[in-house]
Amino acid sequence: MAILINEKTRIIVQGFTGRIGTFHAQEMIDYGSNVVGGVTPGKGGQTHLGLPVFNTVQEAVDQVGAEASIVFVPPAFAADSIMEAADAGIQFCVSITDGIPTQDMMTVKNFLRRFPKEKRMMLTGPNCAGTISPGRAMLGIMPGHIYIRGNIGVVGRSGTLGYEAADQMRSLGIGISTSVGIGGDPIPGSSHRDVLEKLEQDPETKVALMIGEIGGPQEVEAGRFAKENMTKPLVAYIAGLTAPEGRRMGHAGAIISSAGESAAEKVAMLKELGVTICPTPSLMGQTVAEVLAKL
Amino acid sequence: MNIHEYQAKEILAEYGVKIAEGGLAYSVDEAVQRAREIEGDVWVVKAQIHSGARGKAGGIKVCKTHADVEKAAEELLGKKLVTHQTGPAGKMCSRLYIEAGTQITKEMYLSFMIDRSSERVIMIGSGQGGMEIEKLAVTNPEAIIKIYIEPAVGLQDFQARTMAFGLGIDAAQLNHAVKTIKGCYRALRDLDANILEINPLVITANNDIVALDAKMVFDENALFRRHKIAELRDNTQVDNREVAAAEAGLSYVGLDGDIGCMINGAGLAMATMDMIKLAGGEPANFLDVGGGASAERTEKAFRLVLADANVKAMLVNIFAGINRCDWIAEGVVQAVRNIDMKVPLVVRLSGTNVEEGRRIIAESGLPIITADTLAEAAEKVVRARNDVVAQNA
Repeated sequence: MAILINEKTRIIVQGFTGRIGTFHAQEMIDYGSNVVGGVTPGKGGQTHLGLPVFNTVQEAVDQVGAEASIVFVPPAFAADSIMEAADAGIQFCVSITDGIPTQDMMTVKNFLRRFPKEKRMMLTGPNCAGTISPGRAMLGIMPGHIYIRGNIGVVGRSGTLGYEAADQMRSLGIGISTSVGIGGDPIPGSSHRDVLEKLEQDPETKVALMIGEIGGPQEVEAGRFAKENMTKPLVAYIAGLTAPEGRRMGHAGAIISSAGESAAEKVAMLKELGVTICPTPSLMGQTVAEVLAKL
Repeated sequence: MNIHEYQAKEILAEYGVKIAEGGLAYSVDEAVQRAREIEGDVWVVKAQIHSGARGKAGGIKVCKTHADVEKAAEELLGKKLVTHQTGPAGKMCSRLYIEAGTQITKEMYLSFMIDRSSERVIMIGSGQGGMEIEKLAVTNPEAIIKIYIEPAVGLQDFQARTMAFGLGIDAAQLNHAVKTIKGCYRALRDLDANILEINPLVITANNDIVALDAKMVFDENALFRRHKIAELRDNTQVDNREVAAAEAGLSYVGLDGDIGCMINGAGLAMATMDMIKLAGGEPANFLDVGGGASAERTEKAFRLVLADANVKAMLVNIFAGINRCDWIAEGVVQAVRNIDMKVPLVVRLSGTNVEEGRRIIAESGLPIITADTLAEAAEKVVRARNDVVAQNA
């Protein structure tokens, strides 16, 4: 199973012919992802990396049956590309692009809500590392070789901290069903909660690991969802214990601007909701192992 | 990005919000000149720094004579003002805003911000202005009005009226209030602001609705399309180290500890700082070198971290994804050779080509302490820092 993507998922790359799009498209192909083409407006009809280039996402959907897309389009144009994907009927879209204006994301989310839920595209990112179902497909920019297949579902805002978690688990022989990066922006396409909902339904996933950070309400919202709706155990780590108030810590969304947004407050609230907390970031793998052993 | 009060007021005035007559001054003479230009017998001299709570810190002075204005300007210009928002270092005041005194009959609070939970703009108001809204939210939450604005259609008149009545504005001033409220919303939306706050919004003795203070915070990610806003950036209000970092394309936040950090990725950076803290140390900074940490970039990052005189030890933690550990290791070795490093350095590499990276560090002959795991790296750097402190004691 795994969620969102598998080896059959027909993937297109938006911003296919650019330097970054080209590099990561090749990495995804090498990993075994089923990349079926790409979109660069004005370059339709060309061939790139041996695959067809289309002018519009709709053409890619009509001609090669695209189901999922990954966006490498520059920030000024990325929101438009995401909405184009949703309009063309893409089911899952990963936006790697970092630096999309917040109000553009407000427009994107509003646009997505117009679709009935069963037809609505799932968006992850912007500013994320993508999604990987180890051994099956990679729709992202992560180093695929550090992930082994298993039954831990992972959702996280940060890219490299997600790699750290995957690496810690691998060294303990623990694998991953799907790891989903939701990105570090203030208005994400999908929240921790949205991904936990999918992981709960996935028969292959036994334990969920949430890697959160300071800023915004979404970790606690996810904890509340887990308490009310999840049968699977949830493990969490929240980064940013030392982050001062009101300062942006790299990610646009990693800023403590109101009560309840600091790491300590989030940890306290998650504990109250019955979530198992990783006491330190070096113990993410071990904490998951302990929870797994109790099942 | 933050801007000054006078800049926010100029913007709001363009959007139909009334402000008191005022002028900017960079010197004492200019301050007096501005006061002469403004009719009346009361002037307010306001320190322009990127912080709220200036009044309590002595940054706002009410003056009854031109001589008082002169004295106030002398006291404020060129001084660092410490408010509870600036931190102990304070912020340099190099600009003053001289404003006509306003006779206030009622103080209110009005703000707009992008609410992360609802993914909409939220308008917040209270008829009890002049105090901190966070405190009011605790002591008297019923006194706060919240209205969510649908992004597709924007702020509607009925919502502005609801807010105006909620603020306790008289029917006679309703149209003016609606114009003020809608002007604020348009300024936020047109200019890609994340926050717009007027505290207080006042009703004057002449029954005017006036923004007595104004704060706007803009989305850094949108500055590429807001050139006029981008020009309002004032680097004197930002930590020097952060200005240098921004110029080098690095994401840096200066902190008060003494263990310098260089990490790739914001989340891993925060986690590494957490580990330092848990191991008994205090990080001197947050620094994300990003995905493509070239040798040149690595050296710039090293120089930035070490420019902080407080730094007693440094930790490099890189998880190479797209990057390769051998490239990073070469960059680190080159940086250490080019910079005369006086503090101990701990390096932890992980990910792609890690064996090769560790070999390069080991064979460099440099006194670099290496670590395999995050926990080990944090323990070693805290120990190295403690040794430095003990030696100097």
